[in-house]
Amino acid sequence: MLAAIILVPLVGAAILGLFGKRMSERVIGWIACSTVAVSTILSFYLFFEHRAALEGGEKLHEYLFTWISVGTFRTDASLLLDSLSAIYILFITFVGFWIHVFATGYMRGDKGYWRFFAYMNLFMFSMLTLVLADNFVLMFVGWEGVGLCSYLLIGYYFTKDFANDAAKKAFIVNRIGDFGFVLGVFLLFSKAGTIFYFNDTARGIHGAFDWAMTQSPDPLTWSAIFGGGITSVAVLLFVGAIGKSAQLPLYVWLPDAMAGPTPVSALIHAATMVTAGVYMVARASSIYIHAPTAMMIVAIIGAATALFAATIGLAQWDIKKVLAYSTISQLGYMFLACGVGAFGAGIFHVFTHAFFKALLFLGSGSVILGMHHEQDMRRMGGLKKYMPITFATMFAGWFAISGFPLFSGFFSKDEILYRSFIANGLPDSWARILWFVGAVTALVTAVYMTRLMVLTFWGRERFSTSEPAPGADSVPGGHEDHPGPPHESPASMVLPLVVLAAGAVFAGYLGVPEGLSGGKITNYFERLLEPSIASLHVMEPGHAQRTPEGTPLETRAEAPARMPEGHGLERTLTGVSILIALAGIGIGWVWFKRKPLWEPPRLLEEKYYVDELYNATVVQPIKVGSTSVLWKVIDVHIIDGAVNGAGHLASMLGSTLRYLQSGLARSYVAIVVLGALLIIGYFVMK
Amino acid sequence: MGQYILTIIVLLPLAGAVLLLIVGRGEKPNAAALKWTALLISVATFIISLALPIGFNKGGGLQFETNLEWINAFNLGVRYHVAVDGLSLWLVILTTFLVPLALLSSWNSIHKRLREFLMAMLALETGMLGVFVAMDMFLFYLFWEVMLVPMYFLIGVWGGERRIYAAVKFVIYTVVGSLLMLAGIIALYYIHGSATLNYTFDIAAITNDVRTGALILDAATQSWLFWAFAIAFLIKVPLFPFHTWLPDAHVEAPTAGSVLLAGVLLKMGTYGLMRFNLPIFPDASHQWAVLISSLAVVGIIYGALVAMVQPDLKKLVAYSSVSHLGFVVLGIFSFTDQGMQGALYQMLNHGVSTGALFIIVGMIYDRRHTRLIAEFGGLANVMPAFSTFFMIVTLSSIALPLLNGFVGEFLILIGTYTSTLLPHARLFASLAALGMILSAVYMLWMYQRVVFGEVHNRENLKLADLNFREKLVLAPIAVLILAMGIYPSVFLSRSNQAIQTIKARLIPVSEVAVNPEAGTEER
Repeated sequence: MLAAIILVPLVGAAILGLFGKRMSERVIGWIACSTVAVSTILSFYLFFEHRAALEGGEKLHEYLFTWISVGTFRTDASLLLDSLSAIYILFITFVGFWIHVFATGYMRGDKGYWRFFAYMNLFMFSMLTLVLADNFVLMFVGWEGVGLCSYLLIGYYFTKDFANDAAKKAFIVNRIGDFGFVLGVFLLFSKAGTIFYFNDTARGIHGAFDWAMTQSPDPLTWSAIFGGGITSVAVLLFVGAIGKSAQLPLYVWLPDAMAGPTPVSALIHAATMVTAGVYMVARASSIYIHAPTAMMIVAIIGAATALFAATIGLAQWDIKKVLAYSTISQLGYMFLACGVGAFGAGIFHVFTHAFFKALLFLGSGSVILGMHHEQDMRRMGGLKKYMPITFATMFAGWFAISGFPLFSGFFSKDEILYRSFIANGLPDSWARILWFVGAVTALVTAVYMTRLMVLTFWGRERFSTSEPAPGADSVPGGHEDHPGPPHESPASMVLPLVVLAAGAVFAGYLGVPEGLSGGKITNYFERLLEPSIASLHVMEPGHAQRTPEGTPLETRAEAPARMPEGHGLERTLTGVSILIALAGIGIGWVWFKRKPLWEPPRLLEEKYYVDELYNATVVQPIKVGSTSVLWKVIDVHIIDGAVNGAGHLASMLGSTLRYLQSGLARSYVAIVVLGALLIIGYFVMK
Repeated sequence: MGQYILTIIVLLPLAGAVLLLIVGRGEKPNAAALKWTALLISVATFIISLALPIGFNKGGGLQFETNLEWINAFNLGVRYHVAVDGLSLWLVILTTFLVPLALLSSWNSIHKRLREFLMAMLALETGMLGVFVAMDMFLFYLFWEVMLVPMYFLIGVWGGERRIYAAVKFVIYTVVGSLLMLAGIIALYYIHGSATLNYTFDIAAITNDVRTGALILDAATQSWLFWAFAIAFLIKVPLFPFHTWLPDAHVEAPTAGSVLLAGVLLKMGTYGLMRFNLPIFPDASHQWAVLISSLAVVGIIYGALVAMVQPDLKKLVAYSSVSHLGFVVLGIFSFTDQGMQGALYQMLNHGVSTGALFIIVGMIYDRRHTRLIAEFGGLANVMPAFSTFFMIVTLSSIALPLLNGFVGEFLILIGTYTSTLLPHARLFASLAALGMILSAVYMLWMYQRVVFGEVHNRENLKLADLNFREKLVLAPIAVLILAMGIYPSVFLSRSNQAIQTIKARLIPVSEVAVNPEAGTEER
């Protein structure tokens, strides 16, 4: 059953890839959406079928076949459903389905329609493999698979050089992260002797996480990073997450990835793939909680990225670029949560973010289409009267991401800020700094999102309805390219917006922080996730006994008892969060209503010149060094020079010793035999 | 027939070459008859060879064995001993698989001396197969040298502009190595004979005597002999810094020659290391492992960086081979199950994927008569089917999971990383893993410049997409790339026993007693 969830989209991709060229758009759209729909239905069915078991922390394994087995190394094609992967497949299939529906409208008239949906289905297969895998190597299949689909879809408009460059950049930067990831897996294998997550007695498999739970935690020191212990494992794995989830310093591929069609940005580069890094860290929580230094690195990089990207987002003109930096920033929040031990809060933010960010991206797609492929917000304005539904739905997304009270983002972001304030296991000063960075980021987020909304939907109409938009970043799909006033999108696009808007508003109620309701409403989300996530509580004195089965249940049950004393603090911090959100929206409103075309500082507009820096310090030196040193000097001059030199020497010798050479094969044979005899003689004599 | 199946497989192509002498004779040679004869012979060889993996006993050693007295003048003890084991089984299949594809890929590209070309190809096949099945050092050496001749002609006659330079360079490099090997063979023959009073060239017998302790080689002797063999093999691989013959040979060779050169010939080097150096000179293998692994890692990175900046497609692929084969050598000298199995697997992968890359380059060379990357661009617009196959092969070459390259590369890296017998193993593995990044850089960059973008060069506008014959060449490769990536057990399970046999000699007895499970060094 689990296998069907991942295989049905694969079948769809295969059908579309092999025969799609001869199909009509209608058929292609039906196949693509229905395969994802099947996965969605199966996911929901499985979730409700096994709900009690999942809540109780059961792990459902599904073994397909042994993939690679050599010596002590073994990896299987086998799947795992627990509450963490269940949550992931639910929102991946659900959001993915609606984005597929949206894309059937958005991509209309594109001559690569079949190719687009083949890649999209292949992406669903890869992403679901990533989260359902029950070991690190199969996860890596999904991990690289989503990278491939991302590559193919960013470079979807393959005649455009910027799209190809962006695609290649995405793949290579991800590979840099993967380099760390595989080394982490190797190190884990050499320590734990397995790359499976959990014990599975049916197959006689030991789990790396069960191994991790038997380890004593590393100390919080920088040297632990290079100690070759569990901290090193955690840090190396995190390098992979940095690449995949676009964190400092490997985030540079994500903004460029917006060269792909907008539904791709929504699905891959916002809602699902980029959150794979968060998934991996949460999945490996039992490793991370034994590596406090790694946790701290995760938190610091997350917080730094969140603020860094948010400031850039403030200064972009391209509507998709704003959302791209916003995604990087929000991913930073998720890592901040993981780093302070609030894996559940991180995943919760992944969950709410999937709705509101997919919504915002699709909304921007609707705007771009309505504006005849214009992406520059300087040439928008006043769109709310032309595109009322797009406006209303994006409004919901705006409030959700800004953390406006009672919208989904509010709950998840508030939880993260609170948890970083009290950060278990970190020095207090660090916790306060992390909280402060998170809070400032929340403010900046509200400001730039308000800027986006104001520039797009309010104010003067800064476009002319007669001339076609120049310099659009996206490529006309060949449809409705004639100029005209902005228009609302067709039903196939508007309906997904409405569904996702509902999600952006209500998804947060699955996980209302318990402090907020005074413990009256259970935080269902956190409760559901708890069994899948190793918690810091087990690390406390008195709970030192560990079972090979992972986190003992009874210690978890005690955890909520600790909560009430924090409710007061939590409520205060919530109040601060609300003020920040309102202030951000207010500042943005006043500022950009008055001066919509405010020129941001060049440093921000040029994204701190990071791309230029990488190019000058990494890319060019490697290119130039490879050409003018390795190839032209070492290869051609030194090695080949030596070879040719030896050849010349031989022929010079040959001409002086010409009288020895009869030119007949016989004499060569003689020389060979003589040489051989000499060598044999050496061994005989000694 | 069971007993003679290997002989049939090895000699059938040679018989085909002889047959070509009489086929299609007339005032005007019948090209079609010649080509079909050669193709059918090679296909028949492939089909017969499939009996090997089917009938192979996974737990057994040498199989399908023929062991006959051959030259016994002066009690020389040269035997006609052929067999396959887990080490050679798949290399035989790789060879028989690639030859028909190579022939088919150059169906219309050979315009002069077609008969001789086809004869050279078939003779080459016999030579290559012979190297893999020979279990007698004399026979091995014979095939090793015989195979040079058709390859020399393939490059020297049907090659590009600098074909003579390239062919001579290829032969000189190889001959320097093989003379050393010959000396090593004779010395080993003599030493083994005087120690055991059994004068034989039999590889299995000598290996077995080393294993049982009947033949004990002191450290110095091992080192000398190790290098006599190793230099021959490392030149063939080619390991940095013995690689400079490879780019020239590839650039000048015709497509079919490049396919077999990269696909099969290079593997003879790594095969030789596993057949001779590791089992017969285990102590020397340990002693020199760090040096060779260092060169392998340098080769991985160096080959990738130099590949990245090549303007010529064939040179790019040639340098990428240096990088890929570096992985193989590293895996062999990791002395672990995973490393050596991965190395063996990577040999097959490289044969399939790089063979395919040369076929692909040949396809656009046939159309445009240039291999310069800058001449192309935007081919996806005019050749979509070509671009799709090219993409699959490219991804296989950069070791994307679920494609063949990943299994080999991953096993090599994890094997090396966890090796307890190779000093600095983690450092080697970590540096080698950089190759994972670099391969993506040079392959995707190349692919982008050839396939993506607008068609800037008007010459490329009228290019025809793949025809049926060309699809027929690439389709089996694409299927194999996927199959080997998804279900490698078919291959790995059959090579396991051979690896265990090699490994058993490599792990010092003390190590086995103290630490039965290598790779779990826990405090």
